[in-house]
Amino acid sequence: MSQTKKLLYVNRKAPYGTIYALESLEVVLIGAAFEQDVSLAFLDDGVYQITKGQDTQEVGMKNFSPTYKALGDYDVHKIYVEQESLDARGLTLDDLLPLTWEDEDNDWAEKDSIKVISAVEMAKIMNQSDVVFSF
Amino acid sequence: MKFSVMISEGPYTHQASDTAYNFTRAALESGHECFRVFFYHDGVNNGTRLATPPQDDRNVVNRWSELAKEYKLDLVLCVAAAQRRGIADADEAKRNGKDADNIAAGFRISGLGQLIEAGIQSERLITFGD
Repeated sequence: MSQTKKLLYVNRKAPYGTIYALESLEVVLIGAAFEQDVSLAFLDDGVYQITKGQDTQEVGMKNFSPTYKALGDYDVHKIYVEQESLDARGLTLDDLLPLTWEDEDNDWAEKDSIKVISAVEMAKIMNQSDVVFSF
Repeated sequence: MKFSVMISEGPYTHQASDTAYNFTRAALESGHECFRVFFYHDGVNNGTRLATPPQDDRNVVNRWSELAKEYKLDLVLCVAAAQRRGIADADEAKRNGKDADNIAAGFRISGLGQLIEAGIQSERLITFGD
């Protein structure tokens, strides 16, 4: 399997209430070992998956949001968030986890992983992907 | 064309498995090649041989088993998802200290890497679910 494909993981659902977000993250972490060109997309209620200050104590679920911060270490650093989805929920970039990665080609400079894009741009990214994993 | 399928929902509650089955059968009958069918999330519940639907209803599990036999399909249940939901083969049952297994004929249990590989190796990966 020497070929490299563009993989896009599309996350559309809230982090709790259903298991999709958690099990999607598990795929991303396993998939990182395959050394493919990986992107993540967050849209609809999926944008809540990477919001700051998640506290699940009262609902008895594991808060797995800190795991997203590890994505940069797995070389997963192209994270696209749909502007329209943020707007519809009264969220801004400041409400999201500060996800970063270190660029080894640029003296390990710390860079932001999240890019907020429009629905039109999101459609282009989906169109340019070879494989879309939909969660 | 070489394709793979991911099924994200369990049988009967949701139509995903039915639609995936109809799609896969039609594609195979049209001469296309199915690299793998991967069952994830509640989709792993499509692989229990203990399901006993009413006799006047379709048997979702058996249908997959029969299709797998007919076309030598690779039906894979995600191990992590299966463990959570109580789907086990003999090895998994033994490893986790369970007193029984319940995997249906034609299915096997393996890791998430099988899903990624299916995406890489196939020309299309088609998801059936919400």
